[in-house]
Amino acid sequence: MTAAIRTRELSKDYLVGFWRPRPYRALDRLSIDVAPGDVFGFLGPNGAGKTTTLKLLMQLVFPTSGEAEILGRPLGDVSIRRRIGYLPENPYFYDHLTAEELLDYYGRLFGQSAADRRQRVGKTLDRLGIGAERRLPLRKFSKGMLQRVGLAQALLNDPEVVFLDEPMSGLDPLGRRDVRALILELRDQGRTIFFSSHILSDAEALCTRVAIVAKGRLAASGTLADLKEFAIQGWELVMAGVPPEALERVRARARRVVTIGGDRYAIDLPPDGRPEELLRELAAAGATPVSLNPLRETLEDVFVRRVAEMGEGARS
Amino acid sequence: MSAIGPVAAAVFRESVRDRVFYNLVLFGVLLVGASIVIGQLTAGQDVKIIKDLGLAATSLFGLFIAIFIGINLVSKEVERRSVYPLLAKPITRPQFIAGKYAGLLLTLLVNLAVMTVALYTVLYFLARGIPAPIQGAWDAPALDPALLKAVAMIFLELAVVTAVALFFSTYSSPMLSAIFTLGVYVVGQFNAELKRFDAIVDSPAAIAVAKACYYVLPDFSRFDVKLAVVHGVPVPGAFMAASAAYAAAYVAALLFGAMVIFARRDFK
Repeated sequence: MTAAIRTRELSKDYLVGFWRPRPYRALDRLSIDVAPGDVFGFLGPNGAGKTTTLKLLMQLVFPTSGEAEILGRPLGDVSIRRRIGYLPENPYFYDHLTAEELLDYYGRLFGQSAADRRQRVGKTLDRLGIGAERRLPLRKFSKGMLQRVGLAQALLNDPEVVFLDEPMSGLDPLGRRDVRALILELRDQGRTIFFSSHILSDAEALCTRVAIVAKGRLAASGTLADLKEFAIQGWELVMAGVPPEALERVRARARRVVTIGGDRYAIDLPPDGRPEELLRELAAAGATPVSLNPLRETLEDVFVRRVAEMGEGARS
Repeated sequence: MSAIGPVAAAVFRESVRDRVFYNLVLFGVLLVGASIVIGQLTAGQDVKIIKDLGLAATSLFGLFIAIFIGINLVSKEVERRSVYPLLAKPITRPQFIAGKYAGLLLTLLVNLAVMTVALYTVLYFLARGIPAPIQGAWDAPALDPALLKAVAMIFLELAVVTAVALFFSTYSSPMLSAIFTLGVYVVGQFNAELKRFDAIVDSPAAIAVAKACYYVLPDFSRFDVKLAVVHGVPVPGAFMAASAAYAAAYVAALLFGAMVIFARRDFK
């Protein structure tokens, strides 16, 4: 099966410095495969090379070396752009146009007829929750609304592959929820979604596969469950109204028990601590469950560690 | 090719929204005001002066539009990053450049057309009521169709200026583009003098530079037939055709250069 997105040894150097320009490697030999229908999270801290990768795939910058394909075609093939959508990071559009006019303009570039454009523009703006504001000039739009317009223009042509650069940035919690729902809807329609983010919870909620980049290099890739960094490292069970005699039994099994006010206790269990059994026992003894959460290393922790490792690797 | 039209239409729409056409109001006020003042001061000469003034203002207003919109055509899109979502659509970079150029040319064409109509209207009212024998003694009739030749030559000149501005706009800042374009325009006005530079300067290096400028830079003075038209001197069709070909060659070369530069550019 043809990969939806495929890169091989893709590298990009930028020249920095005015008098004596020297190359700065923004992306270093990136090789990834994204299967059709995947929701692929491209994760990394700021400056890791995420936006550079997306710009390379969109041909906004050209690779120093390596190659890439979208839907089995080389990037230079303009016809491929009829089948993809792209939301840039912090998108900016023309101030003097309304959302409707902007989408109509892009629709014309896709060669859509006037009737087709009217119907698509209306439908896409409805889908993104842009109501009467669609007739206001974009200069009056908030950052969150511009992000929605950005998503609308990325979906205007019913793309098979959607590239989203930090789609959640600048959105309030409701906006984030809407974007998550939209990505899941696109996934259910069988589309491939490639999105960059520096927030792990976005990836956890959405991704079938992830790649982690740091300092321009691929640090890890696979499903989140496969990545040993994100394996469960323990459980945190919070219970209320735990009787004193039961507490003794809990202390014997837990790594740590912390009183968190009132009669609530946070119980830290090892990965094999069978939290469901303990939960059942405590409930039978009269305690009330408050929450149960898996403990994992956070994406931030992994970034910091990977970056530190890479730094050591470079020195050695 | 279908992507060029939408980009051109967008440029035209932006110039309408940015109130570029307000200059037409200024043009109208200038022309009507001048005709009232001049009409009271001089008898008979007023038509000639209004023609002179009208054509000069048409050229100057067009020049402002060509330079100040031209220098922003590409650089503004790149600076504000609106070019990112645009170039992810089915449009090639050369089509983008061609569309931008066509859009500004359309803006200029509409501007020039309106200014020409305004000029003819003012001339009509100036000549109205003046007896035919007196009009017959003028160098050229008030509603002289030859005025259109002068306007066409202004348009050709502006087409070249726009291409120069767009060319610089593909790789330098608006400020630098404006300076470069104005520089090319001013030097281009004195192009014929550059050829005869050896008559006034001894330095071989200076003569070589002047000769190089003469051969590379467009000769804008050849598009200026305003004086001839106002004084009723005929402008041959062959000269017009040669000027059109001359302008087309420069535009083609400049657009090609702009496309080559823009096609290789990284948007960091």
